Amino acid sequence: MQTRFEGRVWTFGDDISTDHIIAGKYLGTTDPKVFAEHAFEAVDPTWARNVRSGDMIVAGANFGCGSSREQAPVALKTLGITAILATSFARIFFRNAINLGFPVIECAGLRAGVKSGDMIELDLASGDVRVPSGMMLKFTPLPPNVLEILEAGGLVPKLKKELQTKTMG
Amino acid sequence: MAMFIARPAPVHPPISMTGQTMSEKILARASHAESVRPGQIVDGDVDLLYMHEMLALALLPFNEIGTMKVWDPEKIVVTLDHWVPPPTPEIAKMHQSIRDFCRKQGIRRFHDVGDHGIVHQLIAERGYAHPWDLVIGSDSHTNMVGAVGAFAAGIGATDTAAVMAKGQLWLRVPETMQVDIRGTLSERTSAKDVILKVIGTTGDDAARYAAVEFTGPTVKAFPMNERFVLCNMTTEMGAKVGMIAADQLTKEYLAHTGHRFEPIRSDEDATFVKTFTFDVEGMGPQVACPSNPANLKPVEEVEGTKIDVAFLGSCTNARIEDLRIAAELLRGEKVAPGVRFQITPASQIIYRQALREGLVEVFMDAGATFTSSTCGPCFGGHMGTLAGDEVCISSTNRNYPGRMGSPTAQVYLASPWTVTASAIHGEITDPRKA
Repeated sequence: MQTRFEGRVWTFGDDISTDHIIAGKYLGTTDPKVFAEHAFEAVDPTWARNVRSGDMIVAGANFGCGSSREQAPVALKTLGITAILATSFARIFFRNAINLGFPVIECAGLRAGVKSGDMIELDLASGDVRVPSGMMLKFTPLPPNVLEILEAGGLVPKLKKELQTKTMG
Repeated sequence: MAMFIARPAPVHPPISMTGQTMSEKILARASHAESVRPGQIVDGDVDLLYMHEMLALALLPFNEIGTMKVWDPEKIVVTLDHWVPPPTPEIAKMHQSIRDFCRKQGIRRFHDVGDHGIVHQLIAERGYAHPWDLVIGSDSHTNMVGAVGAFAAGIGATDTAAVMAKGQLWLRVPETMQVDIRGTLSERTSAKDVILKVIGTTGDDAARYAAVEFTGPTVKAFPMNERFVLCNMTTEMGAKVGMIAADQLTKEYLAHTGHRFEPIRSDEDATFVKTFTFDVEGMGPQVACPSNPANLKPVEEVEGTKIDVAFLGSCTNARIEDLRIAAELLRGEKVAPGVRFQITPASQIIYRQALREGLVEVFMDAGATFTSSTCGPCFGGHMGTLAGDEVCISSTNRNYPGRMGSPTAQVYLASPWTVTASAIHGEITDPRKA
């Protein structure tokens, strides 16, 4: 899997809920393009149009709180967001993102050091983030079982592989 | 063709009965261990998986995993609740795909439109969850079911697909946070006011990844419907599960199932990562103001705020006891001119009970709207959404921007008492004065 990412940052504050990320009125479909198109509409209706593939999100505490809707990480991943770095994540959002093979990284202190439009570099293998001032920040390493899912590209590819191994064996 | 081989019941080692919290005991049992410790990752055997329309989203990953069959159709419950009845052709089709899947997979406990309910309420009232169960639900408010002494956690679509395929889920054993509540509440003050107070005091992520266990004489004295409210909104504290020891009341609540009742509680010497003690003696109604469930004010500080909409519904507060409160206040009264008051029961069973008791007539005489059971208005999906700048007082659980419709709508969260009193007066009202 890709472990190094360089990209432009979008910053958000604390307690960004799944209602902020994708509103309930857009959930009546299974089409990820719909979720992507309306991502963060309640915060900034132009946001989804301005996001470029390769961008990253840097947020405060409790990112993704609220609903279990997996459409929230799906929306952001579909737009080409490569990783989300936050002070902390709400638990279901965290699981959902990892299950989609979408890196979500807890990095205390990062939010205060960057602003929207900054370029940052993320190295999942070495466990650090480089901010524009040149400063390197260490992030909290992911637990081994979570890393395994991420490295497989998500939970579905991981389970598929396990199932195949079992059948072959 | 798939082979069905009856598997012997797993042999569980005896669960250690010292030094463990309820959630640790349940995860030990589910992972065939004598004991587990917070921070440990375990693979838990799921006793009950329940789903709503998220099943439609889980079909794609489930089909991709490739097991073809669910691990055990007898351990799965499905209902439709978010969009009932379906408001668009696309959603009607989504419901069809769920119906077809349940039929093909032999999922007998599929509660279709007509027999539906908000899934957490349906699970509770039909007695599908029991003490000691590892319960996994495809919705964030699965925490509610922990009020029967189960470990009940919410997950998303891909995890749901994985559980359908394997019957197992990896879980990090959570630390347990104790919330001890003592004291007698003021009149017309309820568990909703207590949980709003807890969230407002500790913050909307105070229990992130943790299990919250409610203890104390106030909790012990709460009937089951109020215990459900407490556990339900541990989600708004960031908790993985909310739990209450299973006691005599729990036993009576589940007696109709005929299922053997095994009480559960945390050991005397269990370790809590933190204990919050709340003395609620004389505490009155509380309100969570826009736009965060932790933005708490006592009702006195927001009294007089003009409202456009009052909503009594959702898995949090739309049980028969909540509807009786609404009827008690509405009898002989009218909803304020210019205000729409919508009452949406949490299940068809509650709907029928409300009819039997004559509550529906009281609602209609007062000028309120009574609808079929659905999650619709609570998440801004359909059947009663808010326009820009509208002010709503609601018995639901979240008020983040855009939650119930337009991002500029203002949502105040409160108890059924406060919601109904406010509907009558057209402004936020202390129900003790109504």
